[in-house]
Amino acid sequence: MSDIAIQFENVGKLYHLGSVGTGTLSHDLNRWWQTKILRKEDPYLRIGETNDRAHRGNSDFVWALRDINFDVKQGEVVGIIGKNGAGKSTLLKLLSRVTAPTTGVIRAKGRIASLLEVGTGFHQEMTGRENIYMNGAIMGMTRAEISRKLDAIVDFAGVERYLDTPVKRYSSGMTVRLGFAVAAFLEPEILVVDEVLAVGDAEFQKKAIGKMQDVSRGEGRTVLFVSHNMAAVRSLCQRGVVLENGGMVFDGEVNDAVDHYISGSFLVEDKLIADSITYKKDYININEILINGTTANQTSLHPHQQYLDVVICGITREAMKCEVKFILKKTDGTPMAALVEGRYKGKLIDVKVGPFEIAKHIRLPKYLADGDYIIDLDIHQPMIQDYLRVRNCCTLHIEGFYNEFARTLYLAHEGLIGLESDE
Amino acid sequence: MTDDWTLVIKPKKRLLDLDLKGLWRYRDLWYMYVRRDIVTFYKQTILGPLWFLIQPVLTTIMYMFVFGGLAKISTDGAPQPLFYLSGIMLWNYFSDSFNASSNVFTNNASVFGKVYFPRLVVPLAGLTSNLLKLLIQLVLFILVYIGYRIAGVQLPIRPALLLFPFLVLLLAFHALSWGLIISSVTSKYRDLKFLVAFGLQLFMYATPIIYPLSAATGRIRTALELNPLTPIFEAFKYGCLGCGTLSWGGLLYSTVFMLVMLFISLIVFNRVERNFMDTV
Repeated sequence: MSDIAIQFENVGKLYHLGSVGTGTLSHDLNRWWQTKILRKEDPYLRIGETNDRAHRGNSDFVWALRDINFDVKQGEVVGIIGKNGAGKSTLLKLLSRVTAPTTGVIRAKGRIASLLEVGTGFHQEMTGRENIYMNGAIMGMTRAEISRKLDAIVDFAGVERYLDTPVKRYSSGMTVRLGFAVAAFLEPEILVVDEVLAVGDAEFQKKAIGKMQDVSRGEGRTVLFVSHNMAAVRSLCQRGVVLENGGMVFDGEVNDAVDHYISGSFLVEDKLIADSITYKKDYININEILINGTTANQTSLHPHQQYLDVVICGITREAMKCEVKFILKKTDGTPMAALVEGRYKGKLIDVKVGPFEIAKHIRLPKYLADGDYIIDLDIHQPMIQDYLRVRNCCTLHIEGFYNEFARTLYLAHEGLIGLESDE
Repeated sequence: MTDDWTLVIKPKKRLLDLDLKGLWRYRDLWYMYVRRDIVTFYKQTILGPLWFLIQPVLTTIMYMFVFGGLAKISTDGAPQPLFYLSGIMLWNYFSDSFNASSNVFTNNASVFGKVYFPRLVVPLAGLTSNLLKLLIQLVLFILVYIGYRIAGVQLPIRPALLLFPFLVLLLAFHALSWGLIISSVTSKYRDLKFLVAFGLQLFMYATPIIYPLSAATGRIRTALELNPLTPIFEAFKYGCLGCGTLSWGGLLYSTVFMLVMLFISLIVFNRVERNFMDTV
């Protein structure tokens, strides 16, 4: 049992929605009366509901976390994943003692440091050097300890030239790098990280991920990592815990956890691709359409998956000379990429009368941004006639490819495809 | 469970959990907070730390004009500048320390929301940085004092002056305990903040700063003596200005009052500390 670093036992956290201040005094008095004088159960604990923010509940009290039970072993790197509001940050807040749990116990061994947000306590008027000391002290380091690591911190952050300049003159990226650098050299037994990698440029992100890997693998520290970047979770963590509406829904190997999360988060409507046929010739019958091996209208691409398969099976009573047009659109409808080899290369397929199976093995770009895409699928004879139109038929979740890149591209900032240059 | 957990996080803690060990471990943070307060005070100013002196000097001149000149309130024979300066110096220490402690939660919400450290470090650092300010002002006071002595003004130095460190400590912990209670309550109910801001101003007039206690008689005097700060100011003036009264009973009352308030404030602070992020 001694190799357990953190233990969560029946941990729960109740939050009060709405504005604090109106009615809280009367609630407080009522609670005090019920629990302390009448020795009854807390009246507000009972009416707590699960945290489903999309639907209006009957109670102003919600469980941000409920019945959380799991152990983390020494040296294990655990990814906490879940949608916004699933309770991830609350969990980390409890662990870093920013707020106390409502129920349950958390036990831990060793110093816990949290990177809930880097640059905590930076004072704009103070210099970089002064802020390193200030920030380090807030995280629990002694001055002697910081002095010893000062050079390494400054070097890691790459701000040597600005060390004696007030932080208010720093660019936002420099501030963040300085903050991360201080935290990275903290050397606690347990490190709690929340979304710090979403900032900084690619070079720094690569450095940051590398440092995190060193911390977890080389130095044997226990790390709890919260992120929406599934690629980062996969590459850093061994184990994944999926939270949903404040409860734990999955705990296991990280790839399984990520798959569980992704499949869970896209089952908006459980439909088939073939249900989205908007037009077809009368003489065609479609049996099934498969994208990425599934007939369901949601699928996801794994990192390093470089091909996407599309298969259309059916019967036709007339011969067709056609191509499969495949278009990848952003969720707002903007087309991002297309397979149109018939129209531009004259690569057409002859389909004879009877049963047919048209398969396309589509090679994807080497660097692809992460995000959700919508697929349009057409069978047509270019410039002459349409045989089949299947629009908005499938949601494709791409985790992005990042071979040799520090991370995946962000669709919103960097577009769909990563470019390369010759030396 | 026979495991040796170093940290157990539970919903309910003991009523009074001071965590003095933790405070000691974070002494460098306390130092950094003090340093920050002092350093950032005069960043981008021309006069720098001189500003610590300008404010009491101007206030003293204004008091001499309004209370001494216009209202003709007695200073019990003591030279007006010294009388007002001593009061302002000590009062500023009290009110600045009080403000520092009473804003602990609201001013540091962003830091407290991300990392854990013993929260008491922040108000204690506030007391310390204000103490440095008081010492700088004390130097000014001593210079003026010496000036008056050289000019031949009779100013007795009594053994009661040895109480000075104790008087400052008393003021500090009064400020701390009242401030902590206020900060704990305002983290949830903001109303009190407005009351406190002008309440503090009014309270200054209920303390013998611009007038000597001897100027009051009857019921008013009894009321003033109920103010636990009164004996502190009186004792200091008694020690070096020859006016005022040294009341051992009053000082004992003040000390007991402080200890009770400190105890209550630490309990309240301790309770609020754990969950204030949810209500602030």
